[in-house]
Amino acid sequence: MSVDSATVTKIAKLARIAVSDAEVEALVPELNNILGWVEQLGEVDVSGVEPMTAVIPNHLRLRDDVIDADPLTGGGVRDAVLANAPAAQHGFFGVPKVIE
Amino acid sequence: MTSITVSDLTNLTVAQIRDGHRAGDFSAVDVAEAFVAAVDAADALNAFIVKTPEHALAAAKQADADRAAGSLKPLSGVPIGMKDLFATKGVQTTAASHMLEGFVPQYESSVSQRLWDAGAGMLGKLNLDQFAMGSSNETSYFGNVISPWRREGGDNAALAPGGSSGGSSSAIAARLCPAATGTDTGGSIRQPAAFTGISGIKPTYGRCSRWGIVAFASSLDQAGPMARDVRDCAIMLEAMAGFDPKDATSLDLPVPQWEAGLNADMRGKRVGVPREYRVDGIDADIARVWDEGIRWMKDAGAEIVDISLPHTKYALPTYYIIAPAEASSNLARYDGVRYGLRDLPEGAGLQDMYAATRAAGFGPEVKRRIMIGTYVLSAGFYDAYYTQAQKVRTLIARDFEAAWAHCDVILTPTAPSAAFALGDKSADPLAMYLNDVFAVPASLAGLPAMSVPGGLDRDGLPLGLQIIGKAFDEQGVLNAGLAIEQRSGFAARPDKWW
Repeated sequence: MSVDSATVTKIAKLARIAVSDAEVEALVPELNNILGWVEQLGEVDVSGVEPMTAVIPNHLRLRDDVIDADPLTGGGVRDAVLANAPAAQHGFFGVPKVIE
Repeated sequence: MTSITVSDLTNLTVAQIRDGHRAGDFSAVDVAEAFVAAVDAADALNAFIVKTPEHALAAAKQADADRAAGSLKPLSGVPIGMKDLFATKGVQTTAASHMLEGFVPQYESSVSQRLWDAGAGMLGKLNLDQFAMGSSNETSYFGNVISPWRREGGDNAALAPGGSSGGSSSAIAARLCPAATGTDTGGSIRQPAAFTGISGIKPTYGRCSRWGIVAFASSLDQAGPMARDVRDCAIMLEAMAGFDPKDATSLDLPVPQWEAGLNADMRGKRVGVPREYRVDGIDADIARVWDEGIRWMKDAGAEIVDISLPHTKYALPTYYIIAPAEASSNLARYDGVRYGLRDLPEGAGLQDMYAATRAAGFGPEVKRRIMIGTYVLSAGFYDAYYTQAQKVRTLIARDFEAAWAHCDVILTPTAPSAAFALGDKSADPLAMYLNDVFAVPASLAGLPAMSVPGGLDRDGLPLGLQIIGKAFDEQGVLNAGLAIEQRSGFAARPDKWW
């Protein structure tokens, strides 16, 4: 499979990255070069093989079902959460108007 | 103590600093000041994004006070470098990206917190490839890191320190810090260690908490130490590793006493040599150092076993599907809303702000990987690329499982070449990716693996040997590394030009 400029434009849109026409033209051969190379995986016989889900056997834990089980990742830290926001107002993240 | 000079102090290993400080040979403040001065004099290497002498000196003062009070900690008096991928409370953390320029974490990563709790101090935040994506440190927004090494014979070309932990490798090789943290997704500890003549270990996936490390590919990302020798790696890893409930994949296992367990006697051990790693056209120096490593293993008492890892050639393409796929998901968080850069063109709406922010905040390699990842996860292509890669990953892990029936550790070269000149491979992403051909399989299988210096190539540049171990057997890896270290006699170091 190979990508053309329309596909690269679509991928960039899905990835939410603005690209110029010139960037798209440069990306088409670059991505095709990489995709052409990874396609050799298609020749591997994987019949009966399960896709890997966990590289080291481990069990998923549940934390205690209590408020602020870990104070650092619990609540009550609004100012710390907002401290690096590019635009924070009145205790909220600020974004451009989304509803006309 | 007056007989010890500043350059003596910066030549000390972690163990020597710890033990000398404990014995009262010098103060921790003397050590910290010596390294701070070395860091300040090495701007030409561009190894640090942010310097934090005040952090190192405060920890040193505490270490001296703790010594007086008889309450020394495992790393009291040891100043280290912190890869700028670890969130450090109150200290800018950028992942070497424009996106996170100016980002000041409100919390401390679990691994760095463990190091501070163990008494270590921080000399600064070390440069790296942007979001840890790269093998040469040429993708940092804050400029290339330069290796302190130069080729013999008057060629003063600036060489790559490896990547992505290139600030860490450059700083250690140049004696700007005795040890540093690294992270390894597909070789980012081992390849830079090999390029700069130092040691580094990526432990079993899950040994070190990922909490507070800027995420790249979560099923592969693993922190580990880089230092000048195997003992120092063991000391550092003991401080960094341990269960963390805040990381869902953290291993709930006790941390072994790796330093106390060091033992270079390889009698009764079987060392596997995978035939698939002896690729056509292998560099003659790489092959020679590998053969020497095999001889050293025999000399240490090990039995050498020819093994096969049949899916080796598929590891790199597998990695370049899985890692970008996970990266495209992980890096979706950079949206210009919650933290980091915001680019809001005049009159733009929310979607335009996302796209403009991400266009301005990510470098070309990061964008390339996000787009590859987005493509292989997109509707219609997911099974052909991503599911297929995860199946091949299962086969690669099975290769190792089968090999463990015949051997205890595996010995390979770390990288297919010595350090290359900056600019040599940066125009060709695929050529750059091939640097990690020997490092990626162990990452895909989650296995502990380390690089130790093996010798020099024809240009006088260091080459590394890689030891891969069974899951949870960091001790076996460190011991084999120590056996090599004791026999290689590697004492080369770069001449100071910076």
